[in-house]
Amino acid sequence: MAEKNKVSRRKFLVRGGLGTVGVLAVGAYVFRNPIRRSILSMANSMEMGYMGDTDTPMIWFEVTNENNILVHSPKVEMGQGTFTSLAQMAADELDIAFEKVQVVHASTASGNIDGMSTGGSTSVSGLWQPLRELAATMREMLKNKAASKLGVSVGELTTKDGAVHHKDMVMTYAEITDGVTEWEVPDTPVLKDIKAYKYVGKPLARIDLNAKVFGEPIFGMDASMPDMLYGAVVRPTKIGAKFIKADTSKAEVMPGVVKVVLEEDFVGVVAASLQQAENAKNAIVTRWESPNGLQTKDIVALMTVGNGKTTIIQKEGSALEDTAEGLEQLEFRSPIGAHAQIEPNGVLAYVDGDRATIKISTQVIGITRKEVAKRLDFEEENVNVIPTYLGGGFGRRLHTPHAVQAAVMSKAVGKPVKYFFSRKEEFQHDMFRPPTHHVLKGKLGEDGLLENLEHHFVSGDVGNNSVLLPNPVPTILGADVGAIRGGFIQYGNVPNHRSVYWHVQLPFATSWWRSLGLLANTFAIESFMDHMAIKANKNVVDFRLAHIQDDEIGIRLKNVIKAVSDKAGYTDEVVGGKAMGMAASIDAGTPCAQVAEVSIEDNQIKVHKVTVALDPGLAVNPDQVKAQCEGCVIMGISAAMHEKMEVVDGELTPTIYGPYHMALMKHAPKEIDVVLLQGIDRPGPVGEPPLGPIGAAIANAVFRLTGRRLTEMPLSLS
Amino acid sequence: MKISMHVNDKLHSVDIYDENTPLLWVVRDILDLKGTKFGCGKAACGACTLLVDGEAVRSCSYAVKFANGKHITTIEGLGTKEDPHPVQQAWIEEVVPQCGYCQPGFMMATAALLNKVPNPTDDDIDKNIINVCRCGTYYRMRKAIHRAAELNASEASSTTQNS
Ligand code: FES
Ligand code: FES
Repeated sequence: MAEKNKVSRRKFLVRGGLGTVGVLAVGAYVFRNPIRRSILSMANSMEMGYMGDTDTPMIWFEVTNENNILVHSPKVEMGQGTFTSLAQMAADELDIAFEKVQVVHASTASGNIDGMSTGGSTSVSGLWQPLRELAATMREMLKNKAASKLGVSVGELTTKDGAVHHKDMVMTYAEITDGVTEWEVPDTPVLKDIKAYKYVGKPLARIDLNAKVFGEPIFGMDASMPDMLYGAVVRPTKIGAKFIKADTSKAEVMPGVVKVVLEEDFVGVVAASLQQAENAKNAIVTRWESPNGLQTKDIVALMTVGNGKTTIIQKEGSALEDTAEGLEQLEFRSPIGAHAQIEPNGVLAYVDGDRATIKISTQVIGITRKEVAKRLDFEEENVNVIPTYLGGGFGRRLHTPHAVQAAVMSKAVGKPVKYFFSRKEEFQHDMFRPPTHHVLKGKLGEDGLLENLEHHFVSGDVGNNSVLLPNPVPTILGADVGAIRGGFIQYGNVPNHRSVYWHVQLPFATSWWRSLGLLANTFAIESFMDHMAIKANKNVVDFRLAHIQDDEIGIRLKNVIKAVSDKAGYTDEVVGGKAMGMAASIDAGTPCAQVAEVSIEDNQIKVHKVTVALDPGLAVNPDQVKAQCEGCVIMGISAAMHEKMEVVDGELTPTIYGPYHMALMKHAPKEIDVVLLQGIDRPGPVGEPPLGPIGAAIANAVFRLTGRRLTEMPLSLS
Repeated sequence: MKISMHVNDKLHSVDIYDENTPLLWVVRDILDLKGTKFGCGKAACGACTLLVDGEAVRSCSYAVKFANGKHITTIEGLGTKEDPHPVQQAWIEEVVPQCGYCQPGFMMATAALLNKVPNPTDDDIDKNIINVCRCGTYYRMRKAIHRAAELNASEASSTTQNS
């Protein structure tokens, strides 16, 4: 099979287009200072780009005996539909039927490793160029080999339906690869014209649909190995707890216990069954030292504009004085949010001699391998990380150090050890979405248009302190590249506008949560825009359009706003007890606008319909782009209207679904209408941008119904 | 303790050390049917939903001793690729799953609902389908549930015609 074959000569593929999408999106706005600007672009592009091998088609594609193509994907499938889009791209350039392409997760042993992560809505956009080039190169390799096997010149060959054709002769890809051990990698051929693609751009069904409908064991939680034991790790319940000591004597003699593992940084237990491991864990008496008494109100007080370190991330014209006549000012807040993905974090590790095998749901394959190798003092090559399908990622699995703990436990007992978080541990040891506070200021000129618009906001860490960003980045930049997502003023025609970021260090870990700062930032800015439009006595659509500049991104933003208002039939009037609210955002270069149709029933906000206009550029799979829009709308409703973590006596709570309110079937709009625009001719980010507008769109509709401006998420009338 | 139960129409007899072990873990770890998922262990998310004598049960919070002598259906027994259950067929037509982890639980809950209410209204769906999907696939699920009811009805009428 092709994968096992040696590459005898390498040729660098053109790396065009990598990472540029994100750089444009943020880089265009930030700072006059060229050093900071370039660092921000760099940090941003690292999140955006694909960092792996794009020279070696053999580690990407494998031709099976059945003449199928297996794509070994270095990106993980967490529901975002990436595998399907990759298969469409590969099928088109490889000239093989879409149904004949399968996609699997590349293990690190296969050599196809992404140095970074799966995240930032980058999988399809980042692989668009390299994957097609790799596929086209692979097709040429197959042709070259067929030519030598058939003894004809390459020029006489064509490819179709997974085979090379020469006059009446047909040689399948499987026949060509049969017995071949050496491949030559030719120059990258010219890619096909996008219009010639049969699969790219089509709403094909997801390739993992059957596996997911028939309950196949594809997730990390489903992994097993012969002789597998179960592990459990003791975790504190209090924020900031420091481990002092543990009395494990009782646990050690409990039924089924194989070993209690006491390390400097954790205490774990390995037992024959899950239940026995849990029981033993509960019998370990652990002493923690924790600063006590922390409450939600302390966090809120900490998280207030004016605290911490500040960075101006956007500046045009002059600042608005607090004493200015006609100054309008509103404040907004968002709470601590949990990821709450349904598959808990877990891992199966087997350390056998000087080799380790790790099966895990993770968004950071390469980093997990590094962490395990470092802890065990192994060569990285001796650690094989086998990624599985993820039962939800949303940024939670950008930190999976539990792989290290499982590996240590496995090493201690010489058998495979599987362990996973309880739901309580998931909630208390999440890497939360940080709470935020926003102050919006504005002033109208005589023409009823904005003269000034300012966004001052504070957030805890998102990108800072993350293994995904090199340490100097936050220090030099001052701003957290994650927290500022969506925090920019997108109304370039406002003569004086600025965005000022404040950073506060929280006593618990916060990090990437799908769309990062976007949801909260857009909630604040777009609610304020609504407020100012009403002050100006203008229609909210016209008011927004008037303030958007005419550059490429501005035009695309205007187009989504126009499209959504047309499709939804936007009106400022309340009709039959229902009102509409609108909001728009740009995230990672993808503009999105939404209109929510809302009523109030029993003092509860009810969202009936959401219309979405998104310009993701070229939609490789329009149906899956729509699915991402629907998912973002519902996850956004959940976060904006229901979810909230509290801090009570130094503990994060609630620790279970239900008390942690989330959107259920009954809260989901019965209609979600998605319009896709194509403002650029390549795929842009999709998985997060539609999360931006929903909070503000709902709050703006509520204002029309009640005259009340809701300024806090979760939105509530009581 | 020995537990005898029919799982997906096959009689299984398992020796269980602790009769209070949740049915979920017996199904997953002893019978190796991994389609039934663990999400919370506290009957709060529905990922572990399966059918016990046709009723939806959250198996993480259902002691295996209660399953003795009963008929259990898991997602693996609902239908096959060759002969999908109407709920699975509808799920395929509407391309419902995203990450997919919650989906077996939802399909089992839907199958149980259709057993009782063959043609559920939106209100019936809201009241009965109360599992959690973090990816937010509710919008397509609702369509799929209505579609499954339709498929069920046409299947029933074609069986009557044939008989
Ligand atoms: S795992 Fe049973 S309800 Fe959540
Ligand atoms: S599809 Fe991912 S949780 Fe429902």
